[in-house]
Amino acid sequence: MRYLPLNDGDRAAMLERVGAGSVDDLFADVPVEARLAGPVPGLPMHASEMAVERHMARLSGESLTAGQAPFFLGAGAYRHHVPASVDHLIQRGEFLTAYTPYQPEIAQGTLQVLFEFQTQVARLFGTDVANASLYDGSTACWEAITMAGRVTRRSKAVLSGGVHPHYVETARTMAKFTGDRLVTRLPELVAASDDDAVIADIDGETASVVVQYPDVMGRVPDLAKIAQAAQAKGALLIVVVTEPVALGLLESPGALGADIVVGEGQSLGVGLQFGGPYLGLFGCREKYVRQMPGRLCGETLDADGKRGFVLTLSTREQHIRREKATSNICTNSGLCALAFSIHLTLLGGKGLEKMAKLSRIRAVQTAQALAKVPGVTIVNDSYFNEFAVVLPKDARTVVRDLADKGVLGGVSLGRLYPGAEALSGGLLVTASECTSADDIAALVSALEEVLA
Amino acid sequence: MNEINPSGWRPSISASGVAAPSIETFTDNRALQLEEALIFEIGNLEHCGVDFDDDDLDETLLGGLPSRRSAPVDLPGLTEPEAVRHYTRLSRQNYAIDLGLFPLGSCTMKHNPRLDEKVARMPGFADVHPLQPQSTVQGALKVMNELAQWLITLTGMHGVAMTPKAGAHGELCGLLCIRAALEARGDAREVILVPESAHGTNPATAAFAGYRVENIPATADGRVDVAALTARLGPDVAGVMITNPNTCGLFERDLKTISDAVHAAGGFVYCDGANFNAIVGRVRPGDLGVDAMHINLHKTFSTPHGGGGPGSGPVVLSEALAPFGPLPFTARQADGSVRLVEEETAAEEGHAQAFGRMCAFHGQMGMYTRALAYILSHGADGLRQVSGDAVLNANYVLRSLDDVLDAPFGAAGPCMHEALFSDDGFAEGFSTLDLAKGLIDEGFHPMTVYFPLVVHGAMLVEPTETESKRSLDQFIGAMRSLAERARAGDEALKSAPHLAPRRRLDETLAARKPKLVWKG
Amino acid sequence: MPRYFTKDHEWIEVEGDAATVGITEYAQSQLGDITFVELPAAGASVGKGDSCSVVDSVKAASDVYAPVSGSVTEGNAALEDQPELVNSDAEGAGWLWRMTLSDAGELADLMDEGAYKAYVAEL
Repeated sequence: MRYLPLNDGDRAAMLERVGAGSVDDLFADVPVEARLAGPVPGLPMHASEMAVERHMARLSGESLTAGQAPFFLGAGAYRHHVPASVDHLIQRGEFLTAYTPYQPEIAQGTLQVLFEFQTQVARLFGTDVANASLYDGSTACWEAITMAGRVTRRSKAVLSGGVHPHYVETARTMAKFTGDRLVTRLPELVAASDDDAVIADIDGETASVVVQYPDVMGRVPDLAKIAQAAQAKGALLIVVVTEPVALGLLESPGALGADIVVGEGQSLGVGLQFGGPYLGLFGCREKYVRQMPGRLCGETLDADGKRGFVLTLSTREQHIRREKATSNICTNSGLCALAFSIHLTLLGGKGLEKMAKLSRIRAVQTAQALAKVPGVTIVNDSYFNEFAVVLPKDARTVVRDLADKGVLGGVSLGRLYPGAEALSGGLLVTASECTSADDIAALVSALEEVLA
Repeated sequence: MNEINPSGWRPSISASGVAAPSIETFTDNRALQLEEALIFEIGNLEHCGVDFDDDDLDETLLGGLPSRRSAPVDLPGLTEPEAVRHYTRLSRQNYAIDLGLFPLGSCTMKHNPRLDEKVARMPGFADVHPLQPQSTVQGALKVMNELAQWLITLTGMHGVAMTPKAGAHGELCGLLCIRAALEARGDAREVILVPESAHGTNPATAAFAGYRVENIPATADGRVDVAALTARLGPDVAGVMITNPNTCGLFERDLKTISDAVHAAGGFVYCDGANFNAIVGRVRPGDLGVDAMHINLHKTFSTPHGGGGPGSGPVVLSEALAPFGPLPFTARQADGSVRLVEEETAAEEGHAQAFGRMCAFHGQMGMYTRALAYILSHGADGLRQVSGDAVLNANYVLRSLDDVLDAPFGAAGPCMHEALFSDDGFAEGFSTLDLAKGLIDEGFHPMTVYFPLVVHGAMLVEPTETESKRSLDQFIGAMRSLAERARAGDEALKSAPHLAPRRRLDETLAARKPKLVWKG
Repeated sequence: MPRYFTKDHEWIEVEGDAATVGITEYAQSQLGDITFVELPAAGASVGKGDSCSVVDSVKAASDVYAPVSGSVTEGNAALEDQPELVNSDAEGAGWLWRMTLSDAGELADLMDEGAYKAYVAEL
């Protein structure tokens, strides 16, 4: 077995020191009836590296990949070009095979990266502080809702219909058990986001208002207006960003009055990966920092007076507070945070702006081309790199038919909102700097054939 | 030490025998030990390490976008060579399994096979969008389904929820299944029993799921007090959370008895599977009456820890709980294809009672591929060898050190995958922390310290199956030397580490006036 | 002014129906460097034994319980910037909150200084 260094001679010598007759004797505490005499029945035996690679490569070949096809999917997971150096650097063994930096003297690499990451996220979001990442955007969104509950000592959250439906479902699942009250609504296939409806739902019992920016249909809500309405009633504004590249062109949510900003960091550095692992971004006002979930890295000095970094404010966490912890989360998404941070460092502010401009421009070009397809209506007035169109037939069927023609044409609202008849003609289309003129032409011609 | 180094060669013997003078450098670097500034101190807004295909950038198409920012985000950029150097220099300030033994008890730091990294990057898994039509992602869905089948068979359970994103998320999933099952039979219960030796995530999770937590004491031999537990059972107890092997590194011999009693009282048994690596391939938790157990793929199946994540925590479920597991999940169809079962089709697959969704999309695909490659490489026979070698290595460490370090449960028989020691016997004023920091100077990562809480000055050593006998002997030699220094009261130990990139850091300063972002 | 002590290591000094509460010198020495104190809001009504405040050190977060019932009149604002006052002067400038008593009879359950000293000596 290529991963196990002990040989039979070693094992015999070690058993002698231990005073046991065999390895099996070391499992004497396991009741005899639960102890298997040999390998678990019904499973194959070990395999060579070549055999495993061959098996996995065969399975991989059964997928149609984003790189193989004209690709227009978004809805919470975005395709952007990731520079080769990002994947090279995160595979440095000292990053890849390190643990949570509980021994700061020999983990300054990870800790400094986290400190840089927190600063990058805070600047991107326009918040005072940010944490060292959570599992993903959807769980970060729920954590923000519960944090707002702790801050305001209220338990009602008003969610815009523009919040990603998986995020809403995640919150709904959790709220069933915690007793938080959620006000939710479906999105509508109209040009404007539901700012006014959300504002109308805010009352003196509202802990938080949750708005996605841009929203699930790509529309850009008026955050300043919603922030003002929320704060007038003593509620916190939580802004969800599922496409952080948008902030290369859009004003930061914090600058528009958001109290807590959460997001999905996947679109920078991480890649699509069929949905995970991704990374949750979390920023907020400084005055709420002790109510914040997740790990935090802070600057300090060592015994020689040199600058160094440590995990800090850990008394909020489960390993100390146990049932009184701010969250039960133990793991963050360290390696994805590293990838995000490296990609953002390679871009810098100007590079991020350039990438955002290209994404937006490709989206406009795609929308202009689609608008000429008979039967297709563009829904949005405002959008960054993602917009909704209405098709003359069930968009789910159209998406499948497009896939049969080798085009990955978008995300149907029917997939996201099963059972919502009014949305069944809706299709979300996304572009990025990866989208070429040929891709747009292929989408248009395939769609014309499918709708004909 | 001599028995592992018969040649007598030591890297520290210098030709002259003269001690090096204390040298200060202009840069603060120490040869290969390189200092590195923050990106905010070396980069700037104009620098960029990415070139774009922007020949046809038509800025007129940017019109009509509301909430435009007036200036780029204030983020420093670096060109590629600067960035590669920055992160490479930082990486060298980290300890890692790739560098040496990492005996962090209950965290399971074992070798991360590079084949697993290679397969995770195969485009059919890494370059597919979670919402592509199912016919276009069969490769990815088949990996999820194949791993699910392995987990079910290895644990002897009935079903598995794949989506939880880490161990604590898995615990929550298991408790929500229990709650959903109880509510489905109209049986509201309020209490979850947790042994006092449990990891902090257990009570945190139970509280998060809306339960009141009650602690169950341990016996003198480091196990759950069965009498106390069964005495507390009743119509208000929803279930128990038990870690097996437990956080003291011992197998809970009476788990089956406990399960039977809990079931008889109408409750469910949650097993924290953080230590499943000690018994994988030898014991199926399903045979012990467990109803739900999360498996940390980053522990038992060696997906990389990555400096603190991402993890992945699938939860195997008994027949009683499986129908309540979260969405989505995979189901193999008669034609050999695999279906992703989401909200819309849950009822068709017998999951109308699924408790909901725990996260966006379908879980940690990148961890599934790695774990499956690890599992296929080892096979049923190799996994059995994994737990055997892990337990043998831990017992070897225990019996090689129990004459110089107090082993609180050493007399109780063999340990499982980790050896537990205490600071009993150290000189006045010397603590577990001092020994741990001394290990850093010896070139090792410290063991887990002050956990479990039930042992004073606990030191939890988990060598894993990754270590060779030679590697263990070197570690044991270092530990014996440190234990003797701690017992003798060697003052130099109290200020260790002396040789790491940083000395002890001031955590009080960090917590009193938190500096969480760079402000210049 | 009489001062009373609890087994959870709080002290309370009473003047009429007003009182000042803090943690004892022994408690601060056990906790180590205090990094943050979460204080009760003025106006909060508390029952004897309720958790009113949390004192954080680097490695622990400890609840501080109300020695008697009553209502909080103020938290010690100085601790917001200088939590270290609890270390340097636990039984003086490092007080945590002031309150009015609703039942002075509850004081009878507490220890006086001598009894507390004897209690700590046994720990």
